[in-house]
Amino acid sequence: MRQTWVTPGGVHPPENKIQSLTQPIGSLPIPEKLVVPLGQHIGAPSIACVKQGDIVLKGQKIADPAGTVSAAIHAPTSGTITAIESRPIAHSSGMEALCVEITSDGNDQWIEKSGISDFEHTSSSALLSIITEAGIAGMGGAGFPTSVKLNPGFQRPIDTLIINATECEPYITADDSLIRERAEEIVEGIRILSHILGNPHNILIGIEDNKPEAIAAFEPHTQDTGINVVSFPTKYPSGGEKQLIYILTGKELPSGKIPADIGMVCVNIGTTYAIKRAVVDGEPLISRVTTMTGEACEINRNYDVLIGTPVAHLLEHNNFDAQRCSRVIMGGPMMGFSLTSKQIPIVKTTNCILAPSVEEIPHNEPAQPCIRCGMCAEACPASLLPQQLLWYSQAKDHDRLQSHNLFDCIECGACSYVCPSNIPLVQHYRSSKSDIKKAQEEKIKSDQARERFEFRKQRIELAEKEREAKRAARREAAKQAKASTGTDSMADIVAAAQARTAAKKTSPEQELAKLERAVSSAEMRVQKAQDKLDAATADSETDEKINILSAALSGAQQKLEKARTRLAEHSK
Amino acid sequence: MAFKQVTSPHAHGAQNTAKVMQLVLWATIPGLIALTWHFGWGSLINVILACITAVASEALILEMRNRPIGFYLGDYSAIVTAVLLGLALPPLCPWWVVVVGTLFSVVLAKQIFGGLGYNPFNPAMVGYVVLLISFPIEMTTWVVPLALLPEGVAHPGFVESLKLVFFSAAPMDGVTGATPLDSFKHAAGLTVDQIYQTDSLFSQALFAGVGWEWVNLGFLAGGIVLLASRVFTWHGPVAMLAAMALMSLIFWDSGSSQSPGSPLMHLFSGASMMGAFFILTDPVSSAVSNRGRLIYGALIGVLTYIIRAWGNYPDAVAFAVLLANFTAPFIDNYTLPRTYGHTDRRKATERLDD
Repeated sequence: MRQTWVTPGGVHPPENKIQSLTQPIGSLPIPEKLVVPLGQHIGAPSIACVKQGDIVLKGQKIADPAGTVSAAIHAPTSGTITAIESRPIAHSSGMEALCVEITSDGNDQWIEKSGISDFEHTSSSALLSIITEAGIAGMGGAGFPTSVKLNPGFQRPIDTLIINATECEPYITADDSLIRERAEEIVEGIRILSHILGNPHNILIGIEDNKPEAIAAFEPHTQDTGINVVSFPTKYPSGGEKQLIYILTGKELPSGKIPADIGMVCVNIGTTYAIKRAVVDGEPLISRVTTMTGEACEINRNYDVLIGTPVAHLLEHNNFDAQRCSRVIMGGPMMGFSLTSKQIPIVKTTNCILAPSVEEIPHNEPAQPCIRCGMCAEACPASLLPQQLLWYSQAKDHDRLQSHNLFDCIECGACSYVCPSNIPLVQHYRSSKSDIKKAQEEKIKSDQARERFEFRKQRIELAEKEREAKRAARREAAKQAKASTGTDSMADIVAAAQARTAAKKTSPEQELAKLERAVSSAEMRVQKAQDKLDAATADSETDEKINILSAALSGAQQKLEKARTRLAEHSK
Repeated sequence: MAFKQVTSPHAHGAQNTAKVMQLVLWATIPGLIALTWHFGWGSLINVILACITAVASEALILEMRNRPIGFYLGDYSAIVTAVLLGLALPPLCPWWVVVVGTLFSVVLAKQIFGGLGYNPFNPAMVGYVVLLISFPIEMTTWVVPLALLPEGVAHPGFVESLKLVFFSAAPMDGVTGATPLDSFKHAAGLTVDQIYQTDSLFSQALFAGVGWEWVNLGFLAGGIVLLASRVFTWHGPVAMLAAMALMSLIFWDSGSSQSPGSPLMHLFSGASMMGAFFILTDPVSSAVSNRGRLIYGALIGVLTYIIRAWGNYPDAVAFAVLLANFTAPFIDNYTLPRTYGHTDRRKATERLDD
């Protein structure tokens, strides 16, 4: 037995995992229409590379990643693109976002797949680009693009690879059933990960001891491979990345750091499996295992669901009873969010659809006042003081919230779970976090505005002084000229005229300052033109407008060049 | 079709405030039985009177504050306050003492500050201290424990007790006397051994004081039940009792005539156990973190001992708790736990932006 460490706090909600484990992973008939959101991951939403009316094959790319932290998206089945428009998506706010709708042709015809049989002889960068192309993003919940995570850079060598098979949320069994049925493929995925990360010293599969079948399923495939299956007592939220790192290694992830900073990479089971499929079988990420459970559905089991399948399709095939249902949750009962519409599609991060009955998860009781009993602090896995955070949250005391480490809250919900006063604590923290972020952004903006204003004031004062100096010089010259008018010789007149011109002429320092100002304002104009052009490109304005803006930009650049040459000449 | 939108977590544990309060009420029963056994029906009458007053006055204030009465009375917090005050008051004290004390507890100490969760001071102790300094005679007249009653004299029966509480003007003669702490304090010039030999309150006791040792054992038993049910953590009570034991050990003075008493006497006399497990554990007015509660509990232990040993009052849990209530927000500022991923504990008063 390998040593494990015990995290503080945690709760033991009823597991309710047995219901969905009575049958193997099933599959559903292909829905008539699939709705694939373009933003299923952390980072910029992908950019559609198909048009309405295009015909696509299963696995064909329909959206390109928009930058490094983004992911490609593929057609889950063959058919026609029938819409690219805003639809309700899987998000706790119930918001809408751009989605690609594919009307299935019923043939489910694959593109040509090209897998790699010997990944051991393939370079890490080639494997990473396969993972990027396959659109793989963390399937445990966060949806962080996996190829970014697997490329921490040479300055952060990885010595520990952690495979997160904890699945600590009640009800969810997607990872459990995936391991039971496809352990061999998962282990192959782990070997690919290990190869990409330069064969880290420790490879640990972290799994709670409530999954003995899954642990046994790993055994034949991990023997003599250096892969350690580490089981530890079941406790929510052991599957949180920070918690799992501590449980397995006894090390804490410093606040604000990522695991790679301490030489670790943490990958979810579903993601590991998807990597194997992408590399060895050449299949992009177009389906995932999702648990369909809860008493409001007659059938509880796991399905291999196509990304983009509307939740309604899943519910209907499991005899959903809307009358009995208290809410429909995407994810588990601790961290999942309730869906506003049945039409919301399954995405890469959807590990569970929970449709509990009212008896199972009753409607929320009204909140009572906080009596600071401290049960929340005993349950908090991050050793925060939730009761104090609530107090300062209500008072909107941002300083106190930050000194009480609000941003180390992982929103696991253990505090709300134990709260005898039924206070939705996590909701208060979420709201305060976004308030603080907003206030910080506003502060930066107002600081910039103040700086701009002060600089402008200074500039005007300086210009005024210069003008005043010039006026004084002129007055002086005129006075002298007047004084000398008595003895009006030609030479005097010429001298006076020369003096006037000399007075008019600015000193070399003033000239230099003037030229410098010219350069800096030209630079500003170039920057402005550039910004405008960027904004226009981002908003996909018409070509004509973009042409005009780029002409303006090059004009401004030329002027800047001129101003710079003049300045250079002057300073010689 | 639109579904109901609810924030996570969706699952909720079985605990609720009313259940916690009910558990606290159940846990006072051993103490109440010991009080009733040794001092007659007076404590039970106190408790009942206080409960009626508390519920009525809380309902009235809720009505005035336009709050739903049933919802707030249903949290049982007014009853807990009333029961604790009733248990702390001398048995057979006049009815108006109980009523005035309860009104101060519920109305002044709790509702005026915003009701449950917002009281900076322990409501029961506010009521108790108001009574102690307003009606010192009524508040210091204790019934003689059963074992020390003269031959042929018994505690009055329930109906007789009710009559005494409602109609008797003067405190009863014959069945009233000093408490062990009182008696000890006023036995000047005697060594501890002499007191233990001459004073029947001690000479007939098992280890601390006749009757009182059982009352304290009763509250200790109830407290252990609450501790095991995780209603509170051990930090506050253990710190208070340990601090009190340590203080009495340091100043034991080998039992001379100057000695303020043994650790055993202090732990099992007066309101020690009730204070440790039922009073300072009021979460609303105490420090919040475990480390904070250690300091808070120890402070109460030390203050109680200081007032008992060198102050004017024989017992001092109420004063100690109220004084510690003042310090709780200050303690909280400097006893934050170390959060995951941080190397140091932080102070609540840290300012980040400047």
